[in-house]
Amino acid sequence: MQTIEPLLAGHSFFKGLPKEHLKLIVGCSSNAIFNPEQFLFREGEEANTFYVIRSGRVQVETFSPKNGPITIQTAGEGDVLGWSWLVPPYHWRFDAKAAEQVRAIAIDGKCLREKCENDHNLGYELMKRFALIIAERLEATRFQLLDVYGK
Amino acid sequence: MMTYPYYVQKVRQETYDTFTLELKPAKEQEIGPFEAGQFNMLYVFGLGEVPISISGDPDNPERLIHTTRAVGPVTQAMRKLRRGNMLGVRGPFGTNWPVDKAVGKDVMIITGGIGLAPLRPAIYHILNHRDDYGKVSLLYGARTPEDLLYTKELEKWGQRSDLEVHISVDRASGDWKGNVGVVTTLIPKSTTDPKNTLAMICGPEIMMRFTIMDLQKRGLQNQDIFISMERNMKCGLGVCGHCQLGGVFVCKDGPVFRYDNLKDLIAKREI
Repeated sequence: MQTIEPLLAGHSFFKGLPKEHLKLIVGCSSNAIFNPEQFLFREGEEANTFYVIRSGRVQVETFSPKNGPITIQTAGEGDVLGWSWLVPPYHWRFDAKAAEQVRAIAIDGKCLREKCENDHNLGYELMKRFALIIAERLEATRFQLLDVYGK
Repeated sequence: MMTYPYYVQKVRQETYDTFTLELKPAKEQEIGPFEAGQFNMLYVFGLGEVPISISGDPDNPERLIHTTRAVGPVTQAMRKLRRGNMLGVRGPFGTNWPVDKAVGKDVMIITGGIGLAPLRPAIYHILNHRDDYGKVSLLYGARTPEDLLYTKELEKWGQRSDLEVHISVDRASGDWKGNVGVVTTLIPKSTTDPKNTLAMICGPEIMMRFTIMDLQKRGLQNQDIFISMERNMKCGLGVCGHCQLGGVFVCKDGPVFRYDNLKDLIAKREI
């Protein structure tokens, strides 16, 4: 069985990180499996984790009393899911549910936050990487809101 | 160019506002063979003529197929046509998807909404001559799962080992187990090699602009990106000027353009 370190080292999100930083992140990481319909996290819960999806598809949802659950995004193989652990008050804003069996690396954000406070170089590297993901997500959301396929 | 009478052979409702017509010539005279990406002018007698992309198989031109959305008076009247009704067909017009230029390369076909219809002939051609191409990815975005076209065909294509099919919708209820997000989020899923890939894109102009930016980020060159433009085409011959875009006529010089030949025009808001 492959250990977490080479999996993270080979992922584009962690590309270029110094070995000592990667080791710190690996120290906060564990493997996780979610069965179909199982929640990775729920809206309002404390956000202490983010996930690197290895396989399977995750639905990011919100709930409307009128329409039930509405999927606003899906994440799949290779995606990094969740940044609420990075932003106060560290609560999830959406639900994330496995649409099929999901294998992921769960990274303890609380543990990582402390390490980032103690090592600002690590914090800066992670912030740069998450800023890119957040910017891409913002761009995609704006594009989604344009409703370009409407009449 | 002559308008020929055609009978409606089949009508299929694709989505709540989109339908497919299969036509056959009413007399011996008929339009010539077509190439993937071309369009015909369809005439609802007494009402008007509209440009509609051909969405059938270019290797099987006797089945003349058009998919369109009912948006204006002519297409709304067209939706009411039934088997045996007649309409006029003039064409085929315009430039074609560069299926010959793509030989030996990987191909990315990226489409949104009804843009799948003009690209379907290119997909048919590539699948009919599959050994001529490297990896082929179809990335298709729609508004909701209910707006997806050709769902049975997509399912069949998805089962092929020589075609990657990735579909995403902009919004969905909890029942939809597929991807949710804009079509550009599918681009990283394609295993095509950016250094040897030709991309064909068709969809709303905003979607094409976003897609091109992401393809450029991936490393595709402008000369390997082809787009299909939509303008108010009337004569189909580059004479009337309705579809003029700067120095080009979309009906004659397009609708399929190599992106580097159009990028300065597409960016101009005034035209």
